Amino acid sequence: MCLAIPMVLKERSEMEGVVELDGIRRTISLMLLPDAEVGEHVLIHAGYAIGSVNAEEAAQTLELLREYADNMVDL
Amino acid sequence: MSEAPELRDPKAIAGLIREIEAVSEEIGRRVTLMEVCGTHTHAVAAAGLRQMLPPGVRLISGPGCPVCVTPVDYLDRALALADLDATTVCTFGDLMRVPSSLSSLEQAHASGKPIEIVYSPRDALLLARENPDRRIVFLGVGFETTAPTIAAAVAEAEADGVDNFLILPGNKVMPPPMRALVEDQELKVDGFLLPGHVSVLTGWECFRFLADDYGVPGTVVGFAPADVMRGVADLLRQVRADKAEITNLYSRVVSSLGNQVAARLVDQYFEPVATSWRGFGEIPDSGLGLRSQYAHRDASRIEVELPPPHEPVGCACGDVLRGVIDPPECSLFGTACQPATPVGACMVSSEGTCAAWYRHERLTGATK
Amino acid sequence: MKKKTPERLLLAHGSGGRLTHELVTGTFLPFLENPILSSLSDAAILPELPPGRPALTTDGFVVDPPVFAGGDLGYLSVCGTVNDLAVAGARPLWLTWALILEEGADGDLISTCAEGTARAAAEAGIQIVAGDTKVVPRGKGDRIYAVTAGLGVVPPGREISDTRIENGDVVIASGPLGDHGATIMATRHGLDTGELKSDCAPVSGLIESVFEAGIDIHSMHDPTRGGVLTVCNEVADRSGKRIVLTETSIPVRPQVRAVCEILGLEILGLACEGRVLSWVPGDQAERALEAFQKHPAGRDAAIFARVEGSIDGEVPVVMETEVGSTRPLDMLSGTDLPRIC
Repeated sequence: MCLAIPMVLKERSEMEGVVELDGIRRTISLMLLPDAEVGEHVLIHAGYAIGSVNAEEAAQTLELLREYADNMVDL
Repeated sequence: MSEAPELRDPKAIAGLIREIEAVSEEIGRRVTLMEVCGTHTHAVAAAGLRQMLPPGVRLISGPGCPVCVTPVDYLDRALALADLDATTVCTFGDLMRVPSSLSSLEQAHASGKPIEIVYSPRDALLLARENPDRRIVFLGVGFETTAPTIAAAVAEAEADGVDNFLILPGNKVMPPPMRALVEDQELKVDGFLLPGHVSVLTGWECFRFLADDYGVPGTVVGFAPADVMRGVADLLRQVRADKAEITNLYSRVVSSLGNQVAARLVDQYFEPVATSWRGFGEIPDSGLGLRSQYAHRDASRIEVELPPPHEPVGCACGDVLRGVIDPPECSLFGTACQPATPVGACMVSSEGTCAAWYRHERLTGATK
Repeated sequence: MKKKTPERLLLAHGSGGRLTHELVTGTFLPFLENPILSSLSDAAILPELPPGRPALTTDGFVVDPPVFAGGDLGYLSVCGTVNDLAVAGARPLWLTWALILEEGADGDLISTCAEGTARAAAEAGIQIVAGDTKVVPRGKGDRIYAVTAGLGVVPPGREISDTRIENGDVVIASGPLGDHGATIMATRHGLDTGELKSDCAPVSGLIESVFEAGIDIHSMHDPTRGGVLTVCNEVADRSGKRIVLTETSIPVRPQVRAVCEILGLEILGLACEGRVLSWVPGDQAERALEAFQKHPAGRDAAIFARVEGSIDGEVPVVMETEVGSTRPLDMLSGTDLPRIC
């Protein structure tokens, strides 16, 4: 029930921001994520930023998946 | 793809499946896992994930599609509001084709009723600002992911005195129906794939009761193919070990306590109310109603004439939503009820279990 | 010819009197001028048709917004008509252009569309030979609608038909899919499309160059409303043969993917207005792809599907996914709408 997508916060004012993904931009509200920082990846749902992406956790997840992939190649 | 290619890497998926197959064999009996998020239903179907699972793993869909669980009388009320003078109804696209007792928003729109599709509640608020002579009613549906966005729009309207912006409250929350599901004797769920984006807002702690009170494991997962498969593997490992924990595999965006700013905003404008779920009937504290001090924004308080509610004969949406049957077991599936001519809500939304099944799973051998 | 465009359309601009004459001569003819049209006779008397079978098509254009990144309703109206003829194997020659304008419509919008029409006509090498203008009262239209008819000729010996499709054929997309649909939907819902624009363009030149390279094209379609999903399902139905898409081979721009992810749309359901899907024999696949890619409009052409087996008892259109599964592809059930779920 939750189509939400990570986009980069490119600019912000007090309550609004501009996010971008692959060259597509939208003005969104930061009311739910007032401390979002420019340059962060934020999750966008229905025109609002609802959470931010933890880069370290993301990297760990991707590393785990690369291990799964590598193990398959070794077979 | 916005997210990294590793999340869709066929080799990684193959590795996860190998693990899933091994654990499933060790368990030695069929395991039933349930996802409770319409976006998960869509993600699983779009990537053809169900057919990649071994026969010992059954993945079913629960009441996670906000469109499907929205009862008929909500739609009836929305349509009645669109009939009122100087009133425009704004909605997410998801609701347009859902059948009401007599019609649908799409049909009403075709006959000239003032109904607008918006991507964001803020777009509806903007319409209200631009049309001070009209009453703008936003259909507030969705789960915990969406409720804060609606609360935020109400907050903005309050702050700026946009008095012609109203909500027809219809948001629902997930834990109560899940409690009903685990208590259901007819249904035996061995584990839950927990909704990733709901959890961004709520934190995963609110699902702890599944493990602690009922001994059913749950894992919070994202929506990429690898996310879902990791979740299946994790649940199977827990079942094998006779464990019951809530694990968080979507840690890149989900924390234990969630978005507190959003929670406070929702609490300021909304309160828990009993609400009706298609297939479940009324569940206490399962929905969100506008607090009485915001009655001036509550479109459900407007007097309208409603038709007698009509649920279609033979429609088994209730059983599908509770995970008791698979779509093909409904007598109307694929015949009277198809995406082009939906009878029940499960077929209307592309995230509806039946629509997803019809569109993506109709390969010989996909049904288990 | 002196250009003179009214600020706003009045009902009188459609009533056939002085204002209509001024509109036609002041706004349309300066852009569309050619000997046949400029004679302003009741019917266009055409020169003799070149050898071959005549091909006739008609189309209506109601796009909202009427001006978008990469085009406008006028430009689109010519491309759409020309492309219908071209994908049927015809060489487009002459178009008619009838407008239904709304009282109160902005004159500059009409002028922009007229200019777009002329530009597309020049690019496609066709002439607009007949036109008409009506104005409906405010609220009974949506600024500007266009209805066209297009006449072309299928050269002797050329046969384009779904019945010619055979097992082993491959399907070539002439370029990245969905640019037009994504641009329109993005614009309607407040997304800034950046460099993304509609793919709206005539494909007649591209198609002729592939024929010139000696490729035996079996069938062609332009994926407009309903996109690739609609075309493939219809073709599978008419040809009786299954189509298998390969997800990783489908050409899509990252910006189009992004729009779909944000709004919750199906990429393969998006409309294209400057692309052609071609079914060619398997043993000509590489040569055909080369021929497409040699032409500037086909630079990013790609083979993305194959024809395999009968549809009897099978799902007619399927896709081999990136992750290694195979799933059915149905047409969209209705208009694809932005969703939250």
